[in-house]
Amino acid sequence: MVTKTSKTGIIVAKTGNEAMAESMRQIAPDVVAAYPITPATEVVQIFSQFVADGIVPTEYVAVESEHSAMSACIGSCAAGARTMTGTSSQGLALMWEMLYIAAGLRLPIVMAEVNRALSAPINIHGDQSDTMGARDAGWIQIYSENSQEAYDNMIQAVRIAEKALLPTMVTTDGFIISHCLEVVETAPDAEVKAFVGEYKPARYLLDIKKPFTLGAIDLQDYYFEHRWQLAEAMRNASSIILDVAKDFKAKFGREYGLYEKYKMDDAEVALVIIGSAAGTAKVVIDELRAKGVKAGLIKIRVFRPFPAKELANDLAKVKAIAVMDRSDACAGSYAPLFNEVTAALYTNLTANLPKAVNYVYGLGGRDITLEHFNDVFSRLQGIAKGDKIGEPLTYINVRI
Amino acid sequence: MANLKELCKKEEKVTGGHRLCAGCGAGVIARQVLSAVDGPVIVTCATGCLEVSTTIFPYTAWKTPFLHSAFENAAATCSGVESAYRSLKKQGKVKEDIRFITFGGDGGTYDIGIQSLSGAMERRHRMLYICYNNEAYMNTGIQRSGATPRGAQTTTAPTGKVKTGGKEQMRKDLTAIMVAHDIPYVAQAIAGNWNDLITKVQKALAVDGPSFINVLQPCRLGWGYKPEETLALGRLAVETCMWPIFEVVHGEYKISQKPKEKKPLVEFLKPQSRFKHLFRPENAELLASLQAEVDARWERLLKIEAKA
Repeated sequence: MVTKTSKTGIIVAKTGNEAMAESMRQIAPDVVAAYPITPATEVVQIFSQFVADGIVPTEYVAVESEHSAMSACIGSCAAGARTMTGTSSQGLALMWEMLYIAAGLRLPIVMAEVNRALSAPINIHGDQSDTMGARDAGWIQIYSENSQEAYDNMIQAVRIAEKALLPTMVTTDGFIISHCLEVVETAPDAEVKAFVGEYKPARYLLDIKKPFTLGAIDLQDYYFEHRWQLAEAMRNASSIILDVAKDFKAKFGREYGLYEKYKMDDAEVALVIIGSAAGTAKVVIDELRAKGVKAGLIKIRVFRPFPAKELANDLAKVKAIAVMDRSDACAGSYAPLFNEVTAALYTNLTANLPKAVNYVYGLGGRDITLEHFNDVFSRLQGIAKGDKIGEPLTYINVRI
Repeated sequence: MANLKELCKKEEKVTGGHRLCAGCGAGVIARQVLSAVDGPVIVTCATGCLEVSTTIFPYTAWKTPFLHSAFENAAATCSGVESAYRSLKKQGKVKEDIRFITFGGDGGTYDIGIQSLSGAMERRHRMLYICYNNEAYMNTGIQRSGATPRGAQTTTAPTGKVKTGGKEQMRKDLTAIMVAHDIPYVAQAIAGNWNDLITKVQKALAVDGPSFINVLQPCRLGWGYKPEETLALGRLAVETCMWPIFEVVHGEYKISQKPKEKKPLVEFLKPQSRFKHLFRPENAELLASLQAEVDARWERLLKIEAKA
């Protein structure tokens, strides 16, 4: 039985890509400049049909590479147009320098990023190494667990980006969510349009009566200040994200925060996880709870800016934590999310730090199952009772 | 035809106070190109001499809206600006008629930037791309580019004990590549003939589609000559047929200036220290072959024009 969260909500069946394309149709950006790559291709393909059918006023720029896609987005956004794009994996990697430039120029570009493994070897399936690899670029990063979240996050991203003046990427797990049909509640066009409002940049190139130079060179006497401003904007983005979420709940009935707490109130063993696998883990948590195990999880929605302080507070009473990374930093130590979580714990908690272990799973679309999560929770229960941790980093479901 | 009196009355769109070298041709080209524009214009620029020297924060020499994003993507960046313009104009949010001009050096145009240039031209954005071609990567210190002529010395193709001839490969013919994109207007020009350059810019901007002008820009530091000789050297390039100036309008070639007396190439080469090794006895054959190459290209250009 599907319950609507909003009286005017429309229940539809959408894949992650379709949900993202639908949100883009309703947002109706002025410009979309994009290049196709599996598994994100459909987002812009579906959108191109909207353009061809005259359903959106968008200028679609079929650029000749992802580097040019982000370059054109930068030009378009700087010119004063609401601008969006979409990509995955190698495409994101190809536009890497431009991601940093978009952020440094404080341009509110919104990107649908369908998470896919990075080459080599080439792999078209879902893991989070692509966006994790871009975590220092200065983009706000919002990860979606399912198609509903993808749709909702894209709509909120427009308001977030334009208020924070930071480019924003919204993700889904490639193929797992992007190509999987789910039930989604969408909102009527007029309500989405009203929510995102008009793009009103303070200054823009097409405002020819007020010419300005964007993209100047900084010498040693200015660069640091500009970069501090960027970092400060990222720090301030958390409250903006929460404000937009508050308004989103009021208008559409669905609640979002920086992360989702699932059965965390009295949890003694918990996961910190990002993306679709959280859904699988929640099933295991329900089963464990039925057996009396105080299990819970925190699903990170906003990875950038990272909610360090809040997370540390919500994990303070947990005895044993497993941080689940769907990417590997090849650091020779631990994986990306583990580093963020443990830094947050170490910095914000004064005593009785929870024990934490790291798992890398699901690379290149490798499955993670209920059994795997059960094994993780069994280990956590042992650690909570005093078992030695052993290896801090464990790889799940891989033939070593 | 550009009217000098009228040009002098126009407000400068690029001001002084920037850090370009004394005698730099790029500044001259930028000023002259923008003086050819009557209405509003938005400038995009690739990383390079022109960009870094004119936009040192908190100063800028540009009185037009100006955007620089990166090195290899000036054309792609401009295509985004132009697309935004079309979208917002269609929606009634922008009322004016605005033109879009992109500046890129030969580095950012022939080599690292060729992909994004090709894509933008193929997509038919209404933009004018000006390549200020000083025949090497000058901003990073005079390294060879695809535009460097055979026989020229650069820091990455220097003369040494074993390699005595400078760059071994002929330069790319990017202008021909642009013609092959079937865009409405393509031209070659020089810093040194303001009337020709300005007229060409006006023609290019009048076209409802993409246009490209390859402007030879003598560089006193990279080519090695006295700063006051920049414009004269540009004219010598035309008079020796080392850099013919012409237009290609919808595929039809028209040579802008046929030298009454074709001067020998050495008159162009001699004043530049980047070519001084060519006058050593061991390079006599190379020097002769360079003249032969210039002659062959000129003959070919004359034939192409005749066919049209």
